[in-house]
Amino acid sequence: MDARITLRVDGEERSPTVDTRTTLLDALRDRLGVMSPKKGCDHGQCGACTVLVGGRRVLGCLALAVAHDGAEVVTARGLGALPDGGDGNSGGGLNGNSRNGDGDGERQGPSDDGLHPVQRAFLDHDGLQCGYCTPGQVCSAVGMLAEAAAGHPSHVTDDLTRTGPAVLDDTEIRERMSGNLCRCGAYVNILAAVREQAAVREQAAPARGEAIP
Amino acid sequence: MIPFDYVRPADPADAVAAVGGRPGAAFLAGGTNLVDHLKLGVTGPDLLVDVSGLPLDRIEETPTGALRIGATVRNSDLAAHPLVRHRYPALSRALLAGASGQLRNMATTGGNLFQRTRCPYFQDTSTPCNKRVPGSGCSALGGHTRDAAILGASAHCVATHPSDMAVALLALDASVVLLGPDGERTLPLAALHRLPGDTPHRDTVVEHGELVTAVELPDRASARHSTYRKVRDRRSYAFALVSVAAALDVADGTVRDVRIALGGVAHKPWRAERAEAALRGTAPTEAGFARAADAELAAARPLEGNAFKVPLARRTLVAVLRDLAGAADGGTRHDGREGGR
Repeated sequence: MDARITLRVDGEERSPTVDTRTTLLDALRDRLGVMSPKKGCDHGQCGACTVLVGGRRVLGCLALAVAHDGAEVVTARGLGALPDGGDGNSGGGLNGNSRNGDGDGERQGPSDDGLHPVQRAFLDHDGLQCGYCTPGQVCSAVGMLAEAAAGHPSHVTDDLTRTGPAVLDDTEIRERMSGNLCRCGAYVNILAAVREQAAVREQAAPARGEAIP
Repeated sequence: MIPFDYVRPADPADAVAAVGGRPGAAFLAGGTNLVDHLKLGVTGPDLLVDVSGLPLDRIEETPTGALRIGATVRNSDLAAHPLVRHRYPALSRALLAGASGQLRNMATTGGNLFQRTRCPYFQDTSTPCNKRVPGSGCSALGGHTRDAAILGASAHCVATHPSDMAVALLALDASVVLLGPDGERTLPLAALHRLPGDTPHRDTVVEHGELVTAVELPDRASARHSTYRKVRDRRSYAFALVSVAAALDVADGTVRDVRIALGGVAHKPWRAERAEAALRGTAPTEAGFARAADAELAAARPLEGNAFKVPLARRTLVAVLRDLAGAADGGTRHDGREGGR
């Protein structure tokens, strides 16, 4: 059975016709040519297909495209156009923020290279080797930082009753990122990249505190 | 994957009618288990009725002080909810011990209850499995049994229930609200899941077309002193070998109320009523905890590959009770979180 659906992908509205059996991951890659989410295990065990749907990290391989009609999807390709890179709201402005034609090394600031701060941190800390898991890693990290800012606890959080943004030490980061495997074993540098971004957000948290539920 | 139709029902009654009226229809919520099974060929519904958009996503207190959790509340939202974190810490802990951040953002309360065993033979369509194909045999017997049940299994099936959440809900005396063609019924969670017997293809007592709309938790003193401890083969993102959810209410040096459930040991979340009976009215001591664990595990019938689960369950149960008793005494705060690290 075919179904026509509409997705807003990295700020752009797309309306593919998909078989009901098509996953969100396959719709993005095979129908829409959005190749940044990767197919690793295709069974929800590796995290390579992680994208943000409505600002929350999910696995594209276990999501049916037809069940996401109307969804706002942000892949690693569109992360750089997020407003602050943290809350996952909207990919608005993506089209006006083209990275095409930018020469390597022409980075004039965190917002000028088209990269999300988390992506830049992965580069700065060498948080990858082959790069296959990286689009999923960065989407997961962006979603995870938003969850932490919203005060979500984790399996290793000592005090469940503590409110406010979660404090992300290394143990917390490792636990919260455990759904993304890296078979090259770049975990140490992925951890460093996410740790840096967690620290940046913790410093900024007081100013943004009012908006956090 | 077998072709299927897809509909979004207008309301819960519409959803029930859509599935109830077609033998090959199934509900779809978060999809984290079902979509995988569609790919693997474990199941092949001809119609998916997507309930994820139904207005069942609220968490609210009822007039009696109970907590009513809508069936489509996502696992991550439930774990993070302030009332759950304060009143039912075992539930938050269990949810956070399960799956990954991405999966918890997708998986729903209702769907979690109906996820199916991760027995490797159930998921491998090239092998016999009585749960997947009734009467075809059990490949786990004589095969890989590290994950298999030690309590309540049968000659037809030794699979374990994979949910963490359901184990905590059982120890918290949850009820499940089901909507069917003939209206609503409420079932104690303890009566939802089945032992395998000679019909292991049926995980629960729920009839085709019945939809879980909510889970209800009573407001009990012991629930506030509850926790969940999970032991697994790696530190994170793995199913339980053994897990323990317990709620303990100690007053005047005596166990006034205790509720215990075990995970990873049976075809269903296992309520440890023998252990509870051995503890109620006694002083909370290490020796008493060990006796209670032994009382429960006397019925264990391990296989060659999972005999380790008996002493592991015993030690984990004793440790959880020790931590809860210590916390009740105002001693060093220990809530069992370390079990999965």
